[in-house]
Amino acid sequence: MTATLETSLTPDELMTISASRLLRDNRVVFAGIGLPLVAAVLARRRQAPNLTVILEGGIIGTHLSPGRLPSSTNEMRAAIGAEMFTSVTDIFLFAQRGFFDYGFLGVAQIDPYGNINTSIIGSPDQPTVRLPGPGGANDIISMCNETLVVTQHEPRRFVEQVDFITSPGYLAGGDSRAESGLIHGGPSRVVTDLALMDFAPDSRRMRLRALQPGVSVDDVKKATGFELLVHEDVDELPPPEHEELALLRELNGPA
Amino acid sequence: MTLNPVRDAREELERRERPVDDKTMTPAQAVQLVRDGDHVAVGGTNYARTPMGLIFELLRRGVTGLSLSRALTCYEAELFLAAGMADRVVTSWVGIGHTWGLARVLRHYVENDLAEYEEWSHLGLALRYKAGAMGVPFLPTMSMLGSDLAGRAGAQEIHCPYTGQKLLAVPSLNPDVALIHVHRADVFGNAQIDGYSLMDVDVSRAARRVIVSAEEIVSTDVIRAAPERTVIPHFAVDAVVEMPFGSYPHECYGLYDADTEHISEYVAAVRARGPAGALDYIDRYVNAYPDFASFVQSAGEGRLDDLRAQAEEMMPR
Repeated sequence: MTATLETSLTPDELMTISASRLLRDNRVVFAGIGLPLVAAVLARRRQAPNLTVILEGGIIGTHLSPGRLPSSTNEMRAAIGAEMFTSVTDIFLFAQRGFFDYGFLGVAQIDPYGNINTSIIGSPDQPTVRLPGPGGANDIISMCNETLVVTQHEPRRFVEQVDFITSPGYLAGGDSRAESGLIHGGPSRVVTDLALMDFAPDSRRMRLRALQPGVSVDDVKKATGFELLVHEDVDELPPPEHEELALLRELNGPA
Repeated sequence: MTLNPVRDAREELERRERPVDDKTMTPAQAVQLVRDGDHVAVGGTNYARTPMGLIFELLRRGVTGLSLSRALTCYEAELFLAAGMADRVVTSWVGIGHTWGLARVLRHYVENDLAEYEEWSHLGLALRYKAGAMGVPFLPTMSMLGSDLAGRAGAQEIHCPYTGQKLLAVPSLNPDVALIHVHRADVFGNAQIDGYSLMDVDVSRAARRVIVSAEEIVSTDVIRAAPERTVIPHFAVDAVVEMPFGSYPHECYGLYDADTEHISEYVAAVRARGPAGALDYIDRYVNAYPDFASFVQSAGEGRLDDLRAQAEEMMPR
């Protein structure tokens, strides 16, 4: 990596690249709009040429056109290069059937058990801020075989308790997710501009697994609004490679 | 007796004939099928294949007390709220589009308790329409289980009688009226959609009255030449309206791209002035024109040509 690239790397670019590396070949990913979709398409161009990208608008196998990223999961830019169109309903039923290996989401608020809020800040009856709502996120995290979460690492996003569970993670931890009827999937990893987290096997609490280059465990703890478990072996994530960043910038197009 | 909307909707269908008549109407005639207090399902999703021509006509006519449902809303929901014509939005997502941020007007109405946002998961709402389309009172799903959505929406858990598996039973939704924009239809209502059909097929079967706007009214021979593309049969349609560019400023797959400048202008107006910006939009783009076709023409042939060319460029070849 050149000094120029390193100095100009944005947090979004770092997260996109780290997240894209988690996607393995010969899998199917159900991607949300924005950063998750870009990461999925980047993975296709690198280690996962046979990764099938699904969008909830009814689009199977999107390829996207560099510099022309969609603003919605149901528009012509999202449909470029697709292999199949079906209904929105059908897409989610494929997920419920178990065909989709990865769900891939961004969040507004996430708690230690991976529960996600994109609905309400404040109380449900008197919201201070009415956020957009679940879109497909509730379905994705409830029904995909595992779900990756990608978000900026800030205390206001990583909260002890979410104001509203829009998209369920491990609920109150332990077996509570399965007991609620969600017998499949769940959040598996959380990627941020500071770190990579997973969920501890028994408690299902979020746990630090690896750090972004130059970040300390303390930095991550300070940016997390709850007590974060720390794995006994915390690795360092390899920095973005020149080629990865160049590809990502080509995909994103001119700012 | 327990309320059973899907049974009522079916009995209403049984009482009617299904003549193969010319159902073409003017936009003004067609929106007379909407009554005050109706639940209106809006076809398309976000800014894709929105029945904008029918929406503008309904705004021009004026109605009260509507509930609106839609897969994912765009600013059409805000126009009805600002105009005082709707007070309830049933959906899984309220916004304009990913790049335009939060839906300011809808936020204003919901945060100040002036309107209700009844929030379902995307599949939850989809299966409500599907149950309505299938003629059954509910469908089981894993969606919404464990979340706060299920409780807020009043959806009930059930156990599978065969396996004991816990599931959520989402109730059927049979909207009073569906507004659906399609690529082509014949005068009887046989309708074809190109590209992604979104939730529109289920919506058309679930609704009690269906208004179809079509980019083009074609002869039944054209429909018969490609029957596999017909997704709504004539007997499920009550009115057919010809509306070229009927989704403008939103996109219609393969025919024209969304006019993002126009959408950005709306977003800038409501950012600056909230609901007053939405009302001003209605004055400038709905009420200032005698009909939707004049509004479309006001965009200018150059811009419409560009949107056509952008769509053409994205088509498979």
